[in-house]
Amino acid sequence: MLGNETVASRPVESVLSTNKVIRSTYQLLSMTLLFSGLMTWLSIAMNASAGMGLVATFAGIAVLWFVLPRTANSAAGIPTIFAFTGLLGFGLGPTVAFYLALNPNIVMTALGGTGVIFLGLSGYALTTRKDFSFMAGFLMVGMFVIIAASLLNLFLGISALYLTVNAAVIMIMSGFILYETSSIIHGGERNYIMAAASLYLSILNLFTALLQLLGALGDD
Amino acid sequence: MDWLKIGSAVLLIAMLVYIWPQMKHALKHSPKGTSEDWKGFLIPLIAVIAFVAFLVMMVRG
Repeated sequence: MLGNETVASRPVESVLSTNKVIRSTYQLLSMTLLFSGLMTWLSIAMNASAGMGLVATFAGIAVLWFVLPRTANSAAGIPTIFAFTGLLGFGLGPTVAFYLALNPNIVMTALGGTGVIFLGLSGYALTTRKDFSFMAGFLMVGMFVIIAASLLNLFLGISALYLTVNAAVIMIMSGFILYETSSIIHGGERNYIMAAASLYLSILNLFTALLQLLGALGDD
Repeated sequence: MDWLKIGSAVLLIAMLVYIWPQMKHALKHSPKGTSEDWKGFLIPLIAVIAFVAFLVMMVRG
């Protein structure tokens, strides 16, 4: 009897644990997005230069790579993720300020579009409960090619390549949102701080790429 | 060449170096998807492409 109860209760415990990770991830994600938005606003209000933005982005990525993995399993993970998202939010300020000066509608459309894409893809992964773990290799190769192409275009400055890279970022980040959400559902990611950090990065990259694509293809 | 461009290039190169081992690991260890699995990815991807095209048309007026 006791053995049967243990076997029967295991999936229930697993489902409860998964639901707890999903809830905690989305709560932390919404708070970090709000904080990041606040830091972007601060950066715009301070009239931060592109150089300051780049330094903040460097610092944010350093926190993500070297500090967050060491603190994600402790209480120190919470201030670390806020530091990382705050720095990247501040780093985004000069780009957003540029497009706000060009046409504020583009920024609002990119923001709304990012929200719709994220909610749609998360809803799709959560309701279908499909396992997207098979996409890991494809997404990592896609990410590598995009970064290499961006590096190349930094020196070549080809408009068509710029548009292609931004369109590819939107597709790869959409894939990452599906992959990361499915990873939380299927128990691949049990740490809600790391899960929130991954989803935050996908949303930030999606927003930036959409903003640049709409800015380049818009009338202005 | 300006410092901003050099800084961006350094950041992108650091990203490539950081991603390389993760990419090799993912290629070696991630499960292979069936055609049904890829269909499950293509449907939302096509929806995203259509939505982005709609947004582009909206900003172009």
